[in-house]
Amino acid sequence: MPAQVNYDEVEVGSQLPAQSFPVTRATLVQYAGASGDFNPIHWNEAFARSVGLPDVIGHGMFTMAEAIRVVTDWLGDPGAVVEYGVRFTKPVVVPNDGTGAVIEVTGKVAAKLEDRRVRVDLLATSGGEKVLGMSRAVVQLL
Amino acid sequence: MPLDPSFIGRTYPPTTVYEVGREKIREFAEAVGDANPAYLDTDAAKALGHPDVIAPPTFPFVLTYRAAAQVVNDSDLGLDFSRVVHGDQRFTYTRPVRAGDRLSVTCTIDSIKSLAGNDILSVRGDVHEESGEHVVTAYMMLVARAAEGE
Repeated sequence: MPAQVNYDEVEVGSQLPAQSFPVTRATLVQYAGASGDFNPIHWNEAFARSVGLPDVIGHGMFTMAEAIRVVTDWLGDPGAVVEYGVRFTKPVVVPNDGTGAVIEVTGKVAAKLEDRRVRVDLLATSGGEKVLGMSRAVVQLL
Repeated sequence: MPLDPSFIGRTYPPTTVYEVGREKIREFAEAVGDANPAYLDTDAAKALGHPDVIAPPTFPFVLTYRAAAQVVNDSDLGLDFSRVVHGDQRFTYTRPVRAGDRLSVTCTIDSIKSLAGNDILSVRGDVHEESGEHVVTAYMMLVARAAEGE
């Protein structure tokens, strides 16, 4: 499927537009329902603390879903993502204070590959901590 | 007790068919706050060359996570899920999941390792359309932290 970005116009090191994604307890409840992941560490503070967490934490898969938006918003066509992987390095801690947390995501073109594909490396942080490691997407460009 | 490495390579039966609905894709896209028209508007998806709305890249996890319950709850394997954290996740796509797909997931244990008392379990979920077409493969790495006093 063609994307809206032309391979010839992309250079290694180019930054993608950075984005910030707020996450509150309500976000996590909505994501739990949509994804089917009802693990109580994502909505029940007492339970989260009982298993040694500082507070309720966000779903790793929610963070993964937000991070790729830096790529799909840049591409236009999300169907151009060929491969996407992340490592969950630190949890996103989401306090019940009405404000919650913010996931900040930056991305840059790390390599130009064969077949008009590029690899984008993403960096996701929350509260100053790196929450995703080895986060990479391979995308098909025009 | 570390997990039994003889489970490496074990493949579980394919799951019953999951039919991907437009409104399920919409619900998922709204839950991640993503208003990309390719997820929400059939005409916009068609303009990009897709036969119908497509699902966000991490949507397949809805199916593969559910399918992995076969592995996680396999009493012969004996994984203690209360100690499990999601270590990493990767998808390789043949094409995006789209509305109308009738998908089945086949789970395979790719590897079992023990590291500093932690069990590291890698499970692959191959997602096929009913026609036999490969759609996406999800690779999930789970870490079962060492039990207290072990």
